[in-house]
Amino acid sequence: MKIKKFGEKIPQSLFFIIALSALSVLALITVFILIEGVPLISKVGVFKFLFGMKWAPSLGQYGIFPMIVGTVFVTTGAIILGVPIALCCSIFLAEFAPKKISNLVRPAIQLLAGIPSVVYGFWGLIFIVPFIRNYMGGPGLSILAGSIILAIMILPTIISISEVSILALPPLLKEGAFALGATHWQTIRGVLLPAAKSGILASIILGIGRAVGETMAVIMVLGNAVALPKSILDPARTLTTNIGIEMGYASGEHQQALFATGIVLLVIIMILNASAQYAIRRK
Amino acid sequence: MKINSLPPQPVKQPEAPVCETKLRTENINLFYGKFQALRGVNMEITPCSITAIIGPSGCGKSSLLRLFNRLNDLIPNARVEGKIELDGVNIYERTIDVVELRKRVGMVFQKPNPFPMSIYDNIVFGPKQHGNNNHAELDKIVEKVLRQAALWDEVKDKLQQSALNLSGGQQQRLCIARVLSVEPEVILMDEPCSALDPIATLKIEELMRSLAENYTIVIVTHNMQQAARVSDMAAFMMMAPDRAGELVEYDETSHIFTNPKDKRTEDYITGRFG
Repeated sequence: MKIKKFGEKIPQSLFFIIALSALSVLALITVFILIEGVPLISKVGVFKFLFGMKWAPSLGQYGIFPMIVGTVFVTTGAIILGVPIALCCSIFLAEFAPKKISNLVRPAIQLLAGIPSVVYGFWGLIFIVPFIRNYMGGPGLSILAGSIILAIMILPTIISISEVSILALPPLLKEGAFALGATHWQTIRGVLLPAAKSGILASIILGIGRAVGETMAVIMVLGNAVALPKSILDPARTLTTNIGIEMGYASGEHQQALFATGIVLLVIIMILNASAQYAIRRK
Repeated sequence: MKINSLPPQPVKQPEAPVCETKLRTENINLFYGKFQALRGVNMEITPCSITAIIGPSGCGKSSLLRLFNRLNDLIPNARVEGKIELDGVNIYERTIDVVELRKRVGMVFQKPNPFPMSIYDNIVFGPKQHGNNNHAELDKIVEKVLRQAALWDEVKDKLQQSALNLSGGQQQRLCIARVLSVEPEVILMDEPCSALDPIATLKIEELMRSLAENYTIVIVTHNMQQAARVSDMAAFMMMAPDRAGELVEYDETSHIFTNPKDKRTEDYITGRFG
């Protein structure tokens, strides 16, 4: 008896320790960022750091408000452009597409998630930026360009999670609506989408998280100017690109300021993920 | 045998039946891919009656039921041969509008399947999809069908609450009310009581008797007593050796249960197999 129990215990504790190591990496990174970033935030002042308009590390001025605005604008743009396409696509895949087509489209969409972000950025720089410059004005490197790239990049996340949450509905719901003489579209709109709404909401929130966190592709098409953008054709800088651009040469207080930017990002992502979890669980 | 203890319900005047047969099947063969699920089913169902379809598991009872509102269309590879006529019109004709057909032939499922929305919205879903957006009228429909389904008194104060909070029996009566809201002529019931306790079952059976005054009801049931209690006509189905379902005997319920003509029917209802 005792030996058997002991044999059970070993894998149990082994897996526990290994699982814990994954968790401890998260804890280590969080602690490290906090240690590096918090002193600067407390020195500058939380309010001044978050809402300061001027980012001039050489002058000791650290205000990240333009980047928060930049992040919000680019992400909002990506959501406006990407979510309708993604939802239509997921509804098509879950409800309308014949098996042959959905078996072709689904892996293709998964492939979208596999394209390295630098390739997206490069493609945006070569095609989208000149297009905006030539046909819409401005420098081309702009919030609009960033939003378009991000809209494409968040498609796979939103499409697959929404599709799964529609497919996971009990078939009885659909049959029940059909049996009342509802058409397919009425069934989707009136019964299936409301029933799948928590999963769809979660997919959108996770998409937002992906957009907020994306760095490389955005650096390449956003122009990265530290100023409050006045239109979607203006260049801007996001929280992530701020770190990405300056980390190479930052030191001392400047480096701490970048870690402090990281804290803000971490908090935003944590809030987004927590609300996605909440949306999924609420059902 | 008939139970008819319910107080008189506000009933709609039954339209005079166009012909003596509401539903008629003619040599129905049903295939799922290569597998034949039904073979040569012929039956006639009279208006304003309850017809019970009984038989052992897997004999195609539900499949037959789902042919009447063409819900089998949802299954890929399903193929139907033969004719099913509703008021003399073949519902498998190409020109038939399936949506319109399903409005006339409603269905209650084995497991209660309320939509994840309020009680009120569950009822008005059907009428709204068919273009009724008049609030006063919808309110009236909700009260009328909930009364018909003997659920009104239990839910009248919580119409805006989620239908998922109701008990199983209440949910099933809600689903029946929901079917009534689109004013069908035929109501198909696929083992409507199999997920319910005996008291809820009794309520549904009483409800069925009162509905039979105005509606043609076809019910699939595993419960022999239920078929005997509730139905006017009974159809006994069985699997042939190649597993295709066949109609063995179709007659008045009292004949089927007291004086079956076929040996297999007798064996089944006396509990010798199945």
